[in-house]
Amino acid sequence: MNFIISILFSGIAVSVIVLIPWICIGAIDGAFMRSLFGIIIPYAAIATFLIGIVVRVISWSRSPVPFRIPTTAGQEWSFPWIKSNPIDNPKGMGGVILRMIFEVLLFRSLFRNTRLEYLNDENGPKINYEWEKWLWLAALAFHYSFLVIFLRHFRFFLDPIPGFVHVLESLDGFMQLGIIPFNGFGMPGVYITDGLLLAAVTYLFVRRIYIHQVRYISLPADYFPLFIILGLGLTGVLMRYAIRVDITAVKELSISLFQFSPKVPDGIGVIFFIHLFLLCVLIAYFPFSKLMHMAGIFLSPTRNMANNNRFKRHVNPWNYPVKFHTYAAYEDEFREKMIEAGIPVDKGVEATSESGKKE
Amino acid sequence: MYDGGKIIVGLLICLGFFLSPFFYNAGKAAKVPNPQLTEIAKEAQTCVMSKDYMTTSHFTLLDKWRNTVVRDGERYFKGENGKIYYKSLQMTCLKCHANKSKFCDQCHNYMDVNPYCWDCHIEPKESE
Repeated sequence: MNFIISILFSGIAVSVIVLIPWICIGAIDGAFMRSLFGIIIPYAAIATFLIGIVVRVISWSRSPVPFRIPTTAGQEWSFPWIKSNPIDNPKGMGGVILRMIFEVLLFRSLFRNTRLEYLNDENGPKINYEWEKWLWLAALAFHYSFLVIFLRHFRFFLDPIPGFVHVLESLDGFMQLGIIPFNGFGMPGVYITDGLLLAAVTYLFVRRIYIHQVRYISLPADYFPLFIILGLGLTGVLMRYAIRVDITAVKELSISLFQFSPKVPDGIGVIFFIHLFLLCVLIAYFPFSKLMHMAGIFLSPTRNMANNNRFKRHVNPWNYPVKFHTYAAYEDEFREKMIEAGIPVDKGVEATSESGKKE
Repeated sequence: MYDGGKIIVGLLICLGFFLSPFFYNAGKAAKVPNPQLTEIAKEAQTCVMSKDYMTTSHFTLLDKWRNTVVRDGERYFKGENGKIYYKSLQMTCLKCHANKSKFCDQCHNYMDVNPYCWDCHIEPKESE
């Protein structure tokens, strides 16, 4: 699909998703619309999210993993005098756990990303593998900002608010931009992750259309999650710094949802419903999309298995019991015919009859 | 299922994390912040700006007041109702809202907001 069509398709889809609650709450409004967007859709989205993830992971777990796939960047363990790499090419569970921790928390595979380049010198072009770290950096910034923002939102989800939320908020907001010379601009406390998330998502989008190979393989399924997360971030930032809503009412709504006694308090602005609807679409879309890499990373066959092919027997899990017909049994069956045809046999007719007599 | 045990443990951890707000809030009485107005505040009837603005954006106003007072020495503020107010947290705001624990802290504790007003200003002493 042409990349302009892909971007237009995803862009229009996200615009429609923004417009739906905008029109339904902003223009039509009413108790029904508010409970639809405040109660029914969030519950449906949470259910789709959780059930979808479980179903998807269980369906993955039904696929057999036949063999260890040693695509590694390190030397396998062999002899004590050959230096091996216990993390990149682990032989046991401990190394695998370390490798998974590095992969999940630090995106190690992405860290080793290289880009092929031609360096021109007087002898003509030379191949060079440039260490390409910007994708890794942006991915790390994006995922950790998202995690911190999600955990910060627990102040809306929990009552009383546990200490870790407070620690995150103070660390994230330590810049205290209220003192900058634009009066009333840096209030309330500006969070670093808000800007970082928007910057990282923008980078990930620009990268997709700037690098032509990546642009060629990008589909609406790649742009859509980016746009929806960008929309989510923008509405959140707008709601915090510009078009504010009564957040105590928002918290009353979310707590009532978590306590299964849903009630939408009056006076929550439209922008909150846009933000919430974007989130609902994101999490309902989650199990059907590439976003499932959240669970999939734990099931990466090249990362989560020890490379012990050479010293452990791995039986193909889809082997059925094979009915063997050994040569001895074959010879027993056709001995006379084989002798008749002049084919050499291991045991002659006499030997078999003698052994038969002995028995 | 292959490696079923590990996968089910992983799924349970994931579900436990995402469902934690349901467990955490279960069985607790929903308590809603209830900011109280003092007698003086009730008498005054209006704040310096509308109630909606004050609910959602009072900190912006306080930030503007602080910066204009401290940096530019502008001490007077024309409210929405045309009345002129003296820009001072302690002499204007706290004159009416002297009940910090029953007014400010109600929402601030509920939302885990920790304003740094009292790093410099003296916390009002509340008389019961």
